[in-house]
Amino acid sequence: MPPFLEFLIATFPMLWRGLVITIQLALGGIALAIVMSLAAGLGKMSKIPPLRWLCIAYIEVFRGTSALVQLFWFYFVLPFFGVSITEFQAGVLVLGLNAGSYGAEVVRGAIQAVPRGQYEAAIALNFTPMQRLWRIIVPQAVVSMLPPMGTIFIELLKNTALAALITLNELTFVAKQIRDDTQRTTEVFLAVLVMYFAVALCITAVMRTAEWWLSRGLDRGGVR
Amino acid sequence: MEWDWALTWEILPELARAFRVTVAATIIGFSMALVGGLVLTILRRSPFRIISWPANFIVEFVRSTPLLVQLYFFYFVFPVEIPDMGGIFTSAFITGVLALALHYSSYTSEVYRAGIDAVPKGQWEAAAALNMSGGRTWTSVILPQAIPPILPALGNYLIAMFKDTPLLYAITVVELLTTAYQIGSARFQYVEAFTIVGVLFLIVSLMSAWLIRRMERWTALPSH
Amino acid sequence: MLEQEAGPPIIRFRGLEKSFGDLHVLRGIDLDIPEGQCVSIIGASGSGKSTLLRVLMTLEHPTGGRVEVEGESLYTMKRNGEEVPANRAHIRRIRRKICMVFQHFNLFPHMKVLRNVTEAPIHVLGLSREEANQRGRSYLEMVGLSDKVDAYPAQLSGGQKQRVAIARALAMQPKIMLFDEITSALDPELVGGILDLLREIKQQGDMTMLIVTHEMKFARDSSDRVLFVDEGVILEDSDPQQMFTNPEHERTRRFLDTVLSEQA
Repeated sequence: MPPFLEFLIATFPMLWRGLVITIQLALGGIALAIVMSLAAGLGKMSKIPPLRWLCIAYIEVFRGTSALVQLFWFYFVLPFFGVSITEFQAGVLVLGLNAGSYGAEVVRGAIQAVPRGQYEAAIALNFTPMQRLWRIIVPQAVVSMLPPMGTIFIELLKNTALAALITLNELTFVAKQIRDDTQRTTEVFLAVLVMYFAVALCITAVMRTAEWWLSRGLDRGGVR
Repeated sequence: MEWDWALTWEILPELARAFRVTVAATIIGFSMALVGGLVLTILRRSPFRIISWPANFIVEFVRSTPLLVQLYFFYFVFPVEIPDMGGIFTSAFITGVLALALHYSSYTSEVYRAGIDAVPKGQWEAAAALNMSGGRTWTSVILPQAIPPILPALGNYLIAMFKDTPLLYAITVVELLTTAYQIGSARFQYVEAFTIVGVLFLIVSLMSAWLIRRMERWTALPSH
Repeated sequence: MLEQEAGPPIIRFRGLEKSFGDLHVLRGIDLDIPEGQCVSIIGASGSGKSTLLRVLMTLEHPTGGRVEVEGESLYTMKRNGEEVPANRAHIRRIRRKICMVFQHFNLFPHMKVLRNVTEAPIHVLGLSREEANQRGRSYLEMVGLSDKVDAYPAQLSGGQKQRVAIARALAMQPKIMLFDEITSALDPELVGGILDLLREIKQQGDMTMLIVTHEMKFARDSSDRVLFVDEGVILEDSDPQQMFTNPEHERTRRFLDTVLSEQA
């Protein structure tokens, strides 16, 4: 057996444990990102000024600053305000809030792209404003949200590596430890890059499937 | 928890010095990414699959894997080969800038591709009809039409790279975040340093985003 | 003149005005429509005839005047004896009596045909799923689309889409139906079928129908009353025979001459 294979097989259990934490981080982050995208995207279109301003402030602050700076701020600064969080919690929080600020603009754009006639038909059928939004508008907007959301989720996956810098033992952290112990940089980091790439491909596949599944019957050209 | 203004004024000059490193990394890295992305795009359009396929794979792979892992990879793989030139141009700085440049080449490549695809097919045919060489077609027909419309998108990636420079902290480049971290841990007062860094990023990002919106107005091609 | 029937009119406009910025679209509309009447509204494009329907459907809010449905004000309500702007619940309660069919169908593209028709009866009227399905199927049968219940709107032709839209509105069983240029977006050969359907609806029930249309033959032969709207006012209001044979105003005559020569 070639020595690099032997080495990879030997280190695989450790890398696998790191990968599991990375995936948990990503899933937690994605869940929070979806909630924040919808909340802030809809909130930015609200008729209530303070709510709208709050959403704009959230979006601008998290889009305007660096994800790593946000992570350090949450991890190192929050304890001074009496809030202590674990590395994992800080990771999920920052990943979700950061991606949510980008997703909010996607949500808003997709909802505004739903033709006006759809709102009018919903009014004519006397749906309540909430029913209009959740039964008529959002289901149509979701299809066009999916591709840009897929890109945002992949950025989120890439950002999970930042949690290594606050000593969370996810994939990148484990890889660096192995490298420091063995000095075999190329093998470890190449293996890790391939693992991230594989997870990214999975995210893309899931998003494509969801898009295909949700757009059955929809004629994207002349939707009326 | 109270904000320490005395400390704020004391550490500002130090942070400002570090900010220069951040800006230098962004400018050098992005200049390289502009060239690298263009090269990748032209390779991806090659009629020979043996050239276009690897170029496509590199773009996909680099775009889907974490910048932090790529930084580590570069940092540990060629550590000693690059001489330490002193000043801000340490070997870590150069390695970091190279990794940033590669990572963002994959993004700029996608942007160039969109711009080139938007140039009407007739322009290529006209250039061929005028018997122009391949190089001449690119430099005097295609790129002058492809690039102005994509300047705002490139600008957005410039901001994104700027926000990714704190990752250089991981490979010991003394930029803004590293300096803030050193200040914070030396005095065990993280709030001021990290918050100032966040605010600095926010100010620069918001200003650049505003500039890009203005640019979008004058790069919009005159309508025919 | 038309005979006025007993009881209050089902629709009453008084001094109705609507402006979009500087554009004055409706300039004081006074109109009473008795229950069960089928009214065609004609006029040049931009005359304000669609806006009249859209104000009644609450798609546009008036900038002046009053709208009453069955004697109740649509845009204001009584609170402690005072007239105050209507809240959402008030508007929804009155709007329940009205439904509308649109020029561009506005079917919900993410729902199959049957669900397009049953969604509002279930979630707005509170019907059970079985009741709504039964009702939906019977209206789809009436419009001749029993075989399309499981299709998506994108799989239908324009004429079929408009039939679904009509079934969807009928399934709400409103007292007042508004039809806003419902044949204008259709290919000419499909127009006749939709107009036949309108006639059938008219004969079947006691629904009040307001039809904005460019189909002069339909207006003449199939409605009880015709309104000619011009520059934001109702210039002429008469029975079809008089409107088409002996209009009172020169403008009406010129409009009818132009349109009828095009449609001849």
